[in-house]
Parts: sequence; structure tokens; C-alpha cells
Amino acid sequence: MLLLTVSPFLWQLSTSLKSLREDIYTGTPSFLPQQPTLSNYAEVAETIPVWSYAANSLIVAAIVVAGNAVGATMAGFALARLRFRGAKLLLGLFLATLVLPGEVTIVSQYVTVRSLGLADTLLGVALPGAIGMLNVLLMRTAFQAIPSEMDEAAIIDGATAWQRLRHIGLPNVRGMLSVVTIFAFIGAWDDFLWPLIVLTDPDHYTLTVGLQYLNGTFSANPRLIAAGTMISFLPIVVVFAALQRFFFRGVEEGAIKG
Amino acid sequence: MTHHRWFTPWVLVAPAAVWLFAFSVWPSINTVVLAFTNAKPLGGGHFTGLANFRRVLDDDQLADALVNSVVFMLVCLPLLTVLPLLIAILVERKLPGIAFFRTAFYTPVVASAVVVALIWGWLLDDRGLVNGFAQWLGVIAEPVPFLTDRWLLLFSAISLTVWKGLGYYMIIYLSALGNVRRELHEAAAVDGAGPVRRFWSVTLPGVRNTMLLISVLVSVSALRVFSELYVLSNGTGGPGGRDMSLVMLIQLYSRGFTGHLGYASALSLVLLVVTIGPMLALLRLNRKAA
Repeated sequence: MLLLTVSPFLWQLSTSLKSLREDIYTGTPSFLPQQPTLSNYAEVAETIPVWSYAANSLIVAAIVVAGNAVGATMAGFALARLRFRGAKLLLGLFLATLVLPGEVTIVSQYVTVRSLGLADTLLGVALPGAIGMLNVLLMRTAFQAIPSEMDEAAIIDGATAWQRLRHIGLPNVRGMLSVVTIFAFIGAWDDFLWPLIVLTDPDHYTLTVGLQYLNGTFSANPRLIAAGTMISFLPIVVVFAALQRFFFRGVEEGAIKG
Repeated sequence: MTHHRWFTPWVLVAPAAVWLFAFSVWPSINTVVLAFTNAKPLGGGHFTGLANFRRVLDDDQLADALVNSVVFMLVCLPLLTVLPLLIAILVERKLPGIAFFRTAFYTPVVASAVVVALIWGWLLDDRGLVNGFAQWLGVIAEPVPFLTDRWLLLFSAISLTVWKGLGYYMIIYLSALGNVRRELHEAAAVDGAGPVRRFWSVTLPGVRNTMLLISVLVSVSALRVFSELYVLSNGTGGPGGRDMSLVMLIQLYSRGFTGHLGYASALSLVLLVVTIGPMLALLRLNRKAA
């Protein structure tokens, strides 16, 4: 069963390392490359600017991660720990957006981004997801779990809201914050539909859109596509493997509450 | 009684509130407005009444897309509700190397749908591994047109979706299984219930709500399918464009010189209508669980 999940990735990795001399179209191809070579990786970079696509994906992911880490944390704290007029209404609106699949508003989202002059830019790709509504709610849940006595004690000592966020809030929500940032990174790195709509100039593509461009426009050589897929896939596997403990906690918490 | 200046909370929520209005509330309103116009990617934008909706009723490609969505949902629903539960039960036993198993099953989930679709596209290609091997075995004489036949393409995309989703739902089941009380299992075992009996009488009732939650999650995501079909069909939507999904149609009309943002918005409202039922159910289930 394990073979079923992992072997397609290994097969793709193997294909990406096979030289042009090796026949990949036979009915009994060898699972290991006979003469392993990295030349497909060099060649894919000559066909499409794959490294600058990777850099574009990284820029988008960095903006989305930073935006969510800051924006969702601040809003989550205010909604969970501070009382103010309109808080209930705001919370209701945040919740209501969860009923709406993102694809429903994607067209008018594009109209908005275009009217901001951000069509065909990386900022236009990153902006709408830079503060996720679900992430605000997840951070709020995390801040709510802190016992209110801690706040009260700090208030008696004269701590301001900012000091409480910094010294009581943040140290207690590290788990959820790491979950939010990991998910933000993976979501941005993997996203396809939105960058496909926003980006029109092949020089500006992110990695996923660039890979489909490679597949659709220069589809001759499966070795090259395999090499391109691995360039997109390997970084995410490394991030995932390194942070998997946080990750699974997040899936467990997020799936129930999200 | 407050202990902060009145504007402090607003400073903190301001960025998120701006995002809420700019990228959720306003686009929702604007989708409805645009649906009544002939807005194009290049100009246009005049009120055209119900023209887009009349076109919706008359759109053969949309009819195909809705059929595809229903088939997609009906096949994914039982598979992705039951298979991950069975795997979770197998994995839950304290096997050595459980973390490794969990990670392996989750790898397809963290991979981009584009990556997964490209990998499967190569496996299912006319000259790919599956066809090549089957021909070598002599099971088939001609390659099976997994990616060029109207229905086979749809089912290829479905199997890819199921394969990619197994790990995600398995993890949700694992946490639910963790909450089924061990004493119940032990008591049932003492009373002489075998593993099968315990599955039906202890495990299944224990994860009932999770199954419900997962079946809703599966339905919603089946209705939203895009990347898998797009990449497997190379953006064409299969022979005659008959393998388009609803979201593929929305994407098709929202870009390029042939685009029609007004009509794409009307299609978005169709998507909203078909997903709103499961989405509301999801929200209710979540509230119960929280």
C-alpha cells in the first residue's frame, strides 16, 4: 500500500535522471536510470526559465507567509482578547466567508486586482491570500485558549494591549502560528488556478503555471517534464519532512475547527 | 470596562478587516453585479439584464460540466469516505515506524495538484508505464486512451483525486480514532466480540460524525475540481471540451481576448448554488465539533 503512494514520485524522479540514450518508452523500462544524469535539469532550464519561476513562487510564498503571520496574529488577538464595538459583527463576517468557496469570487477578485494595476504581477498573485480569513479564525481560537487570569494579572500590573500580545499572547500561540505559516507556504507554493488567471506574460509565471506551460507548449520530452516536476516537488517535501510534527498537529486541529 | 485605548483593537484588526472587505465582501457583491453585465477582460461592462443567465440555461458545455461534477462527486464520495478509514485503522495499530507511514501517505497531499497530475499524465500516457507494461504483458493490443477519451479522462482525474486525497482524510480519521475510548474496545473484547464485530459496534459509531464531516468535505472539493482535469487534458478539457469542470469554465471565460467576465460571474453563481448546501452542512458540523 505504501508502494502505491510513494512509487509514482520515485518513478518521476527516475525518469528525470534518465539520459536521452535510455529508451523510456519500452514496456519493461528499468526502474533505476542506467546512466543517471542531471542534464535534464540543465535542459529544462534552457527550455523555460525554471529557476526564475521557482524564485517567483518563493516571492509569492514569502509575501503570503509574512502577511498571514502578522495580519492574522494581530486580528486573532484583538478578536479573542480585547473587547470593542463591532467585534461580534466582524467575527460573523469572518465566519461567513468560510461558506464561500474561493473559486466563486475568483473572477471579481481578478477584476479587483486588475483595477489596482496589479494584473500580471507577483504582488497581484500574493495579495488576496496575504491575510487568510480562516487563519484569522485559527489564531483567534489559539489566543482564546490562554487562561484569562494571565491577562487580568497583566492588566493590574499596567500592561498595555501590545505588551500583552507580545509577552502573554505570542509565547502561547507558537504552535498554531507555525501551523498557519506552514500551511500558508504550502498553499501559496502549490496554488495553480489563481496565478494562472492573474499572470499572462510567460516571464512572470510561478512554478506551477510554468510547469503546465512546459507541458502544454514543449511536451516532447517526458524527461524534461519530470525534471521540472521534481524542481517544484522536492522543496515542498523537504519543508514538509522537516516540519511534519507541527504539520500533523495542525491538520488534526484545523480539520475539526476549520 | 476596557483596559486599552479605544483605537488599539482597531489598529490590530485593521489589516485583516481591509482584506476581509477588499478580497471577500466586495468580490462577493461584485460577482453578483458582474453577472448582470457583459464585462470583458478588455472593456465592456454594460448592464445586460438576464442575458448571462439565459445563456447559462442554454450552454451545452456547462451541462457537460455539471454531469462531470456529479459523476466526480458520486465516485469520490464512497471511495474517499471509506478507504481512508480502513487505512487509518490499519495504521493506527502501534506499528513501528508509524511516523514514516503517516508521512508517506501524506506526501501526495502536500504536493501541488499540478505536480501530481503531471506525474499521472506520464504514467497514463499512450507510451507511458501503464500502457507499455500492459502491452508487454499482452493484456491489451492497443494503448488505452486514458487521457484522450471523454469518460476515461474523467475517471483518470477521479483516480488521481482519490489517490491524492487518501492521506488527508486518513489523518482526520486518525485523530477521530484516537478519541474512541479504549475501554469500550476492551469491554467489547471481554464480552467476546471479534475484530469485525468491534469495528461495526465500537469503531463505526465512534467515528460517525467524522465520516459525515469527511463526506461533506469530499463533496465540496469534488465540485471545485480544477487543476487535475486541466493539467491531464492539457488545458483543453478533453475531446471537444466535454471534460470541463465548472471551475475550468470559469477560468476559460475569465482570461484572454475571448473572455467574458460577466458570463464567468454568472457561472460563479452557478458554482455557489451547487456548493452552498454542502458548505452550510460543513459549517454546522464544525460548530458541533468545536
